[in-house]
Amino acid sequence: MHLHKYEKVWLVFGLGSLALFLIIIGFAAFWKGTHPQSHIETIDPQNVEANEAFQPENLGLTEVAEGKYVVNMVASAFNYDFGKEEDGSATKTIRVPKGSTVLFQITSKDVVHGFQVAGTNVNMMVEPGHISRFEAVMKNNGEFTVVCNEYCGIGHHLMFGTVEVY
Amino acid sequence: MELFNFSKKESRLYMSFMYVTFVSLLVGGLMGLLQTLVRSGKYTLPFNIDYYTILTTHGVVLGLVLTTFFIIGFQFSLMGKTVGISDKQIMWGWVSFWVMLVGTVLAAWMILTGEASVLYTFYTPLRAHPIFYIGLALVIIGSWIAAIVNFRQLYVWKKAHKGEKSPLLAFMVTINMVMWVVASLGVAYSVVVLILPWSLGYVATVNVLLTRTLFWYFGHPLVYFWLLPAYMAWYAIIPKIIGGKLFSDSLARLSFILLLMFSIPVGFHHQLTEPGIDPTWKFIQVVLTFMVVIPTLMTAFSIFATFETTGRNKGYKSLFGWFRHLPWKDVRFLAPFIGMVAFIPGGAGGIINASHQVNALVHNTIWVTGHFHLTIATTVILTYFGIAYWLIPHLTGRRLTPKLNKLGIIQTIIWTVGMTIMSTSMHIQGLLGGPRRSNFSEYAGGDQVATWISYQISQAVGGTILFVGIVLMVYIFIQLAFFAPRGYEEYPVAEEDMDAEKTPKILENWYLWIGITIALILFAYTIPMIDIIKHSPPGSIPFDWPIGRS
Repeated sequence: MHLHKYEKVWLVFGLGSLALFLIIIGFAAFWKGTHPQSHIETIDPQNVEANEAFQPENLGLTEVAEGKYVVNMVASAFNYDFGKEEDGSATKTIRVPKGSTVLFQITSKDVVHGFQVAGTNVNMMVEPGHISRFEAVMKNNGEFTVVCNEYCGIGHHLMFGTVEVY
Repeated sequence: MELFNFSKKESRLYMSFMYVTFVSLLVGGLMGLLQTLVRSGKYTLPFNIDYYTILTTHGVVLGLVLTTFFIIGFQFSLMGKTVGISDKQIMWGWVSFWVMLVGTVLAAWMILTGEASVLYTFYTPLRAHPIFYIGLALVIIGSWIAAIVNFRQLYVWKKAHKGEKSPLLAFMVTINMVMWVVASLGVAYSVVVLILPWSLGYVATVNVLLTRTLFWYFGHPLVYFWLLPAYMAWYAIIPKIIGGKLFSDSLARLSFILLLMFSIPVGFHHQLTEPGIDPTWKFIQVVLTFMVVIPTLMTAFSIFATFETTGRNKGYKSLFGWFRHLPWKDVRFLAPFIGMVAFIPGGAGGIINASHQVNALVHNTIWVTGHFHLTIATTVILTYFGIAYWLIPHLTGRRLTPKLNKLGIIQTIIWTVGMTIMSTSMHIQGLLGGPRRSNFSEYAGGDQVATWISYQISQAVGGTILFVGIVLMVYIFIQLAFFAPRGYEEYPVAEEDMDAEKTPKILENWYLWIGITIALILFAYTIPMIDIIKHSPPGSIPFDWPIGRS
């Protein structure tokens, strides 16, 4: 099959950029360890408390070391359970100091949900039967809206929270 | 090259698919308008209609119904034109039409009565009414009947033309239908074997990740299924409209073969942020996804080479003379051309979406919605409109009059303006974290949300302009179908140059190309599928109440 000279140039240039591009994302993935959220750990969606992290008293923010936090959360239509405040009311805002490393851990009790801290790289699917987990360094100050970004029913848009970095 | 004339009987079959297409355009478009208005925060739906009913209708009617009916009708006409159709095949064509239509009506009935607000992706464990799933299965089965008829048409022609290469357009239709059948087996299995018995209560639980994976095994080739008919027009019809010849028969075939091979083993790039799938396999499918760059670059080259060669042959010598003298005032050219231009930002956005890491920035944000409103709702749909301007009058024995041509040009401009506003503001809002598939909401308030809402207002402006474009397009369709003056409208099919190089025989070795396609699928999916099944969690019981079913 004959290829025009210009077409060869065009394809060689295109394929060259493609190869370079794939090498860069491969390098980022396997040498730098930057993979998308892909945690592999299952759980019974009808009994999430069987896993210690999702027992009611362990939900919400915990400081595990200097500047290192874990946030355990349970998603259900149409709410994120971030644990309770000292006065017993449901926590709506997670507050962490700037520069801290936060491990977000979440699972669903019912249907598929999303969990995105808008304005950061924290963005994961939340599926019944699976635990999603993503660690991020909160580099910028501000209030970030947490949104459910996968359709979960007619109250989907009422499922939200806040992460405040101070 | 031999082209067949359509009998009245044939034309009626092809037209019936077009009626459904344009009814869908009006219905689905109206839903889109309502969505943008609701999301502006300044309008609420009357009669207690739920936003997500409208959203499901929009996605199913435009993404599944309009596209499938247009594609199958258009492809039947391409086969009829290039390899012919027998009476028996016409009869089976009608069977496919009615099976698909019955399926559509059943699904629509469930959606409109609020029994299936599950969006067009119908992710479990949200449970719609079983009739919704039966309707979807019928649409797929109907499309398979059409595929078998198309395969048979080519086979009969080949037997009568021993040793000849198949007509290019018939080859392309066959590629698209092979891809469709191989891909839709996944979703058909998911709907019929996993979801339907569960929705009826015969099975207690469903494997959510498995149904999602099977959906996306189908979901990405689905978008190529929309795109390939547009490519058919770009490769083999537009050259004729601008008064030129086919650029290269072999190149066109090779690019379709590559699209077939790299369309299916790539579904994980829709599931990049998902738990339960090994990131190495996600990465492998990302690499396979990007192989599509090769046929895309070949297509871009071939199209512009056709434009330039045609212009030069007409005597336009200056550097860009060939470009200036393209038939800009012919809507059969202008609409698809704008579609091609939209594919540049559309394709670039696609590269971002499918990138292993950057995906997390845009996943499930309204950026994605902006992306596919450039690709499917501009590139593909403007090309379909460009086809309709000559296909409809050809089928109804009428003419595209200069007045209708002018209206078409206005339609194209309205579409371009509306979509630029809507899609751009969706892209920006998505980059700022605004979610897709969401009713109007002020969430917890604050600056971030206020910025999102301001972009939603510009989406409503764009959406309103687009709806004007839809009404105009439906008006043009009605004119071309029933009122335009009688006459003959050409069915443009580009010819090869007299001295064109011979097409290598290997390009028609179906065993080879389908074999490689299946091998790639097995490579990309076998191990991760075994993992998903072996490490599956306790299954999920159905949930009705979140979608408002009692």
